[in-house]
Amino acid sequence: MTWEEVNKDMDAYQAALTAQTSSGVDRRVAEGRARRAGIRAYLKAHPEEEAAHAAEARSAAPAGAAAPAAAGNGGQAPAMAAPAAGGAVAVAAAPITSAVREAPLPTGNIPEPKKGAPDKHRLLAIVPPEGIQRVEREQGDRVHTWPHLLLEEFIAMAILFAGLLVFSSLINAPLRELANPNLTPNPSKAPWYFLGLQELLRYFHPMVAGIVIPTFILVGLAAVPYVDRNPSIKPGDRKVAITLFTILFMFGAILTIIGCFFRGPGYNWTWPWTQGVFFEL
Amino acid sequence: MAKIQPPNLRESEVWKSIFRPGSIYRKGYKDTSRDRALATMNNVLWHLHPTKVKRHGLKLTYTFCLGGLSFFLFVLLTVTGIFLMFFYRPMADIGGAQAYTDMQTIRTAVFFGDLVRNMHRWGAHLMVLSVTLHMARVFYTGAYKPPREFNWVVGVVLLFLTLGLSFTGYLLPWDQLAIWAVTVGTSLAGYSPFIAKQANFLLLGGAIVSPNTLLRWYVLHVLALPFVLVLFLAVHFWRIRKDGGISGPL
Repeated sequence: MTWEEVNKDMDAYQAALTAQTSSGVDRRVAEGRARRAGIRAYLKAHPEEEAAHAAEARSAAPAGAAAPAAAGNGGQAPAMAAPAAGGAVAVAAAPITSAVREAPLPTGNIPEPKKGAPDKHRLLAIVPPEGIQRVEREQGDRVHTWPHLLLEEFIAMAILFAGLLVFSSLINAPLRELANPNLTPNPSKAPWYFLGLQELLRYFHPMVAGIVIPTFILVGLAAVPYVDRNPSIKPGDRKVAITLFTILFMFGAILTIIGCFFRGPGYNWTWPWTQGVFFEL
Repeated sequence: MAKIQPPNLRESEVWKSIFRPGSIYRKGYKDTSRDRALATMNNVLWHLHPTKVKRHGLKLTYTFCLGGLSFFLFVLLTVTGIFLMFFYRPMADIGGAQAYTDMQTIRTAVFFGDLVRNMHRWGAHLMVLSVTLHMARVFYTGAYKPPREFNWVVGVVLLFLTLGLSFTGYLLPWDQLAIWAVTVGTSLAGYSPFIAKQANFLLLGGAIVSPNTLLRWYVLHVLALPFVLVLFLAVHFWRIRKDGGISGPL
């Protein structure tokens, strides 16, 4: 539907505009209201045009409700342009007041943004004009995902894939002899990512090393964002958190490396450069 | 003699029905802001991303691509794993350990079998590593801070599931390395308070690592754990977008 200039009563328009602007309403809103007042005043003074408007709107409406009923209706048109299905008779008989749809008057209250509300724009489809807060979101320094990010991801992926392909064609994954539950290899090691825990078994009771510490690690990791309430992400403001994490991470890494390379037969200490490495991936 | 014009494939109805507007393969793609946005938006894979991202997120030293590469490894492991499933039976009854002989068949008789198995194994180790490093990266950039707290928790679950997937897969070759690593790794469950026996039984399907364990861990490895992992991955990716994209800049 295209925008179409309609006739309006300019006196009423001006009067309403002055009244609205003097009462401190936003100009855009005031113009809209004055325009409505002007149109209503015009249509009141020209009832025959109002009827024509209504008839036109009705014939434009879809569904089998083409009912030129307004003609015999003393110049009054039904309020609703689109009657209920099959209701030509009902429409003609309906009580008629005005062709302009009645809506509650806007309150004119422009809501204040809440304190501390984030500077984001909202995606609302239907809002009253006074509901729109003209807050621009900080767009920041952004680039298009295609091609910038996607190309980078593709290159990273291709390099990883090529590397893995070459590595896999050169080095075979281990496959030892058939499993034998009666023959324990010496040493027996867990997969590498559990070797830190196996290393802890040397120092603690299995209940501590196998249950308490892993549970503590998992729960502790999950709790990190709820424990560390420091809002800053600047490394300079997070010295304690970074130091703690680094120490714990390194602790785990060192235990794992010891378990992998420095433990030999009987899970006793060995030097990898003298006695060799007892480790398979 | 009239020349026969070859039909322009890129203008055909079939081609246009496959590639949505904005696709770089579609005729008339222009390097404009609009088409760049459409290229992301109108592709089922790329639209995991927003159409625009913060510039600093492109910096290699910010993410090291670790999250994306972890996901890529997961996809790669799924594909190679499906290939291996065609040639593998999780059976290890006394007198005929099908699982082990199938491994030997894959290595010697299956076309590209050895290569695919190697990629599956090395890729799995690499995925444990990349997920761990991804977690460290997220910590150092403070990316777990509000509003991203919950996504960090989802990430911890994903790390746990990755370890579970790697560990269950470790048993499947049914060689000495596999059963003894798993025996050592699961022996700790026997020390759980109150439920030691039940935990062991649930985990192993018996008192020791047995053919029952193999079947149990196979189902966990190829179906149950990947299914759960994909659910959490979906939440993980979705929350990245909902929580405002990549964190930072520092």
